Amino acid sequence: MGYMLEIENVHKTFNIGTINEKVALNGVNLKLNEGDFVTIIGGNGAGKSTTLNAIAGVWPVDQGKLIVDGTDITRLPEHKRAAYLGRVFQDPMIGTAATMSIEENMAIAARRGERRGFGWGISKKEREEYKKKLKVLGLGLEERLSSRVGLLSGGQRQAITLLMAALKKPKLLLLDEHTAALDPKTAAKVLEISDKIIDENGLTAMMVTHNMKDAIVHGNRLIMMHEGKIIYDVSGEEKKSLSVSDLLAKFEEASGGEFANDRMLLA
Amino acid sequence: MIINYLSSLDPTALLRALPGNVAQGLIWGIMALGVYITFRILDFADLTVDGSLATGGAVAVMLIKGGMHPAVALIFAFLAGLAAGFITGMLHTAFGIPGILASILTQIALYSINLGIMGKSNQSIGIAQQNLVASLRYVTADDREIFFLKLILGCLLLVAFVYWVFGTEIGSAIRATGCNPQMARAQGINTNFTKVAALMFSNGLVGLCGGIYAQYQGSADVNAGRGAIVIGLAAVIISEVIFGKLCSGKRFSFAYTLSAVFVGAILYYVAYTLVLWLRMPSDYMKLFSAIVVACFLAIPYLKEKHAVKRRMAK
Repeated sequence: MGYMLEIENVHKTFNIGTINEKVALNGVNLKLNEGDFVTIIGGNGAGKSTTLNAIAGVWPVDQGKLIVDGTDITRLPEHKRAAYLGRVFQDPMIGTAATMSIEENMAIAARRGERRGFGWGISKKEREEYKKKLKVLGLGLEERLSSRVGLLSGGQRQAITLLMAALKKPKLLLLDEHTAALDPKTAAKVLEISDKIIDENGLTAMMVTHNMKDAIVHGNRLIMMHEGKIIYDVSGEEKKSLSVSDLLAKFEEASGGEFANDRMLLA
Repeated sequence: MIINYLSSLDPTALLRALPGNVAQGLIWGIMALGVYITFRILDFADLTVDGSLATGGAVAVMLIKGGMHPAVALIFAFLAGLAAGFITGMLHTAFGIPGILASILTQIALYSINLGIMGKSNQSIGIAQQNLVASLRYVTADDREIFFLKLILGCLLLVAFVYWVFGTEIGSAIRATGCNPQMARAQGINTNFTKVAALMFSNGLVGLCGGIYAQYQGSADVNAGRGAIVIGLAAVIISEVIFGKLCSGKRFSFAYTLSAVFVGAILYYVAYTLVLWLRMPSDYMKLFSAIVVACFLAIPYLKEKHAVKRRMAK
């Protein structure tokens, strides 16, 4: 069996040739097996979100290769890569279309990677299916199928975005600090839903987080990034036995103590 | 003096002008429907309209002069509008030119193209032309009720068509693009394609409107579209301010919203006539149009600001 995701020596520099030049990814290498759920931690500007954006194709990479389940996607535009990916963003506003209803948003997600034609945008059968899926969330959204998403709270929108990401089973689920903008209680709920969706669908997933405890508790693998590189990669029993102070020690080792003031400490 | 002025105003003149206002409003409402698609659904300020409206008229009039049936000529007016929208869309998506600028470039280019189509700045088909889809003379004819009935029916059919288009998978993709392009791309929507498609559809309707309006007037003019976007925006915004609450939250609310655009266009022409009736010099009519649109655009913003202030004060 091949890997579900292969990142080979990916480089990305922003604003080349200007005073704002910034090396964001400096030779990232990573291989994920099917069913891997990897959490990604690191300081600000370490390249965590940039890695997910490189996979999603928000911009082209300067160098390197991205392969999803054997398909080279390095040169595909963002909307074509979407066929392989489910994405949830840090900002709850980004994952859904505010002026459209819950069911319309879900119907759009259900057609990810398919040709969109002049068939009606949503069918009766779909509606029943969405109702069932929403009910599982336990947020009462199954009664509000035709409500505009813009009327919902950030947590509700994030939960719907998660459902949408898994509606059409993706090869890879990208969670980009998707609980960072939520209050602690809602964040915990959204994380719980994430675990459930990943587990039930057997998804391969990557989750960027600023919360070290979450990074340890969730998933089967953990990587730490620093200055555009992966500096630490653990999985299995070793990961399970990690503590927050172990991770902090790793950080300091990698960065020479500069993390002392980083907001990671707040986690 | 004031008494002299007031007594010189003839209320029956207003009433007499009403059928013409309604006809004009319904015809321009077709353009406003196109403006609604770009301005509200795609969130794109498309100024191509000023050019593509005249293009639709020029194409229709030249084809009718060449012997084509006026109704068939409208198909070509629609196609010409599609082409205009395609150019703006490509300038924006394939060449990365900002939306407003891309549409201004097309608009300017169309001025020359429209002159080229017509050979001169104005071409007339004459009021006696047979089989016209719409005409000033129908408004005063004995059987004008039938004309109005047909016109209203035609507009409702267009509303139904636009309603259907935006209910389909492609239409939903266009709506998502206008609302949240990041989400659209993450869900596999090619936002460049949807933008071009929406611009084409919108300008197709504008070209159709231009073709009908040229028949109504009996001539096509290279300046016919000057300021058309403002009239379109006026119709859209008037309809939203007056009917916005009435239309929302219902089944088929989108169809009501689209129909309200036509009422907005009619109201615009009624107001227009009212101002002329008050003997304001017609030179100032563009100023009047601009003020109307500016006011109606400002109202929702100022209302919100005021509401925030009041909440803060509490």
